[in-house]
Amino acid sequence: MVGAARHVLSAKRGRVMVQKDVRRLTLILLFAPFAMWIALLIVVPHIGMVALSLREKVAPRVYEYGLGNYIDFINEPIYWNTLLRTGTMSLLVTALALLIGFPIAYYIAKIAGNRTRGALFLLCLIPLWVSDLIRAFGWILLLRETGVISTFLQWTGLISGPIEFLYNDVTVIIGLVYTVILFMIVPLVSTLDGMDDSLVEAGYNLGGSGFTVLRRIIVPYAMPGIVSGCIVVFMLTAGSYLTPILLGGKNSSWFTEQIYDQFITRFNWESGAAFGFLLLAFTSTVIWLGLKLSGQTLANTVAKS
Amino acid sequence: MRTKTTIASLLAATMLVAAGTAQAETLRLLTWGSYAPEELVQKFEEEYPDIDVEVTFSNNEEMIAKLRATGGAGFDLAQPSHDRIYAAQLEYDIYKPLDLSQIDTDAMQASLLDGVKANTTIDGNVYAVPHQWGTSGLMADKTKAPDLKGWGDLCDPAYQGKTSMRLRRTILLGMAFSMGEDPFAAYSDLGKYQEILDKVADKLIECKANIKAYWKGGDDLSAMMLSGEIVASETWDSTAYKLFDQNKNIVFVPPETGALAWIDTFAIPRKGEADDAAYKWINFVLRPENVTIMSASTGAIASVKGAKDLLPEDKKAAVNASFTDADIDNLKFFANIPPGVEDMEGKTLEKIKAATGG
Repeated sequence: MVGAARHVLSAKRGRVMVQKDVRRLTLILLFAPFAMWIALLIVVPHIGMVALSLREKVAPRVYEYGLGNYIDFINEPIYWNTLLRTGTMSLLVTALALLIGFPIAYYIAKIAGNRTRGALFLLCLIPLWVSDLIRAFGWILLLRETGVISTFLQWTGLISGPIEFLYNDVTVIIGLVYTVILFMIVPLVSTLDGMDDSLVEAGYNLGGSGFTVLRRIIVPYAMPGIVSGCIVVFMLTAGSYLTPILLGGKNSSWFTEQIYDQFITRFNWESGAAFGFLLLAFTSTVIWLGLKLSGQTLANTVAKS
Repeated sequence: MRTKTTIASLLAATMLVAAGTAQAETLRLLTWGSYAPEELVQKFEEEYPDIDVEVTFSNNEEMIAKLRATGGAGFDLAQPSHDRIYAAQLEYDIYKPLDLSQIDTDAMQASLLDGVKANTTIDGNVYAVPHQWGTSGLMADKTKAPDLKGWGDLCDPAYQGKTSMRLRRTILLGMAFSMGEDPFAAYSDLGKYQEILDKVADKLIECKANIKAYWKGGDDLSAMMLSGEIVASETWDSTAYKLFDQNKNIVFVPPETGALAWIDTFAIPRKGEADDAAYKWINFVLRPENVTIMSASTGAIASVKGAKDLLPEDKKAAVNASFTDADIDNLKFFANIPPGVEDMEGKTLEKIKAATGG
């Protein structure tokens, strides 16, 4: 009797063990693609880049390890000026994207009816179906001296001669805002969507003006969405290449262009790799500062929306 | 039953495909846009049915970067310019020596062949032979900029905001010649070359105010020129010839100090896997009837004997409208770039781009 009971018990235990193994295997299988993605496409190439960036060319096919490439960056004002310029312009683009994107997101999440909402979202998405390059060429056709806008303004008689809208920093900023604004709208819509309308009504009932309600209720509620939108937009802008190159003029340097030139036209992979890391460090610092100043953490912003 | 036969036939089909690809050789060509016109590729594949041609379009810098990344693997034939072989081979070891007995060198124009050989021989091995040549110079709309003669005229205030150039090494060299220097002679003395570069940089920074925008490729240059937004620019001759087709007022102007001449070559990457096919392609495109098709597509002149007569009619007209025999004698062939010069030129170009002079 006792023996039989023990037998049943051990069989049960065995089944539990098998179940445990299956669960562990599922976990490993689910985790594997993510781990491989991180390891093979992010960690390994970056280790290669670190090694490359610490290499100095002494003579053809002779290299030495050292910090020379980073020191070159510090000693050459052209390089860090370009980096600062890229950073400032990216911040400006982020701010503009927020200013323009917030009302749009608010309208989609709170004011539009259920059916128009889907349509509006789709309208925001459609530009992304075309590649960056094509969108930049679209702007070129519109803004060039003999382009659509200049010709139209001449036709209406508002201006007497052709005007060049292309090849300046304003054009670069317009083009970038256009490219990245969707990445601001999506997280904002999803955060604002979760806000209870009664919060806003309560605000008005207590005698708050429209501005007070926005400042004291809506913006604090949407903060996680705002911060995560800003992070994504800032990263995308600082790392963009095509738009600043194609729309920018003779004075518009962009840091990614500097990296491209180091790799491709100067055959200087070593300093190109160093520049890549400097860009990464710079954008990470800016984001860290932004999080500190706004009192948010990565966990309750990007991870949430 | 039915599914089984479908599976069986699918299997058979895949095996057939696999067998087919196993037999065919692939020629992976790394070359310039328009250097492998569809018409020629088809003709070649008809003549050699067991060779598939795969084309990747690129430019000098990217060709070297691509080959450097793989140590010379991934392509079976590359076409960098003649001045981009020597230093690249010394530094990165990306090409393999050519077997000249496999190439129909008799068809080539002797002076070009010898020039390229002299430029690309390392330890007695020849690494490249010439394919086509052309020049970099100026282009102008005759009706609006009739007096454009030299590189320096791009900075003439008479054409304020109506000129363009590409911010690459060509304009540095051209401007140096127009300032009375000989940059190629200074390659042997890099200190002297740096002095020249500094002078050129000052000139080009001052000139920025005169420039509308720096062009980046043949397409944006063509658009600016055809729309009349600019009246003169630094250019490749082939781009100018293409525009001459559409507007007879736009001509190529060899600068008075001499147009800068480049020769695009054939070179075999070190880990190329289809050398036979590569040699077949080289000999194939050097045949007179194919030269005409190639030149029609590229606008460049082949380095075979009598190449000017092999040009298609419209290109012949464009060349004759631009070059006199004296201009041809005055050509300045790009000299081999010694190691280190690219870096110096790169820094100079960055300085010009970053300056807010204009």
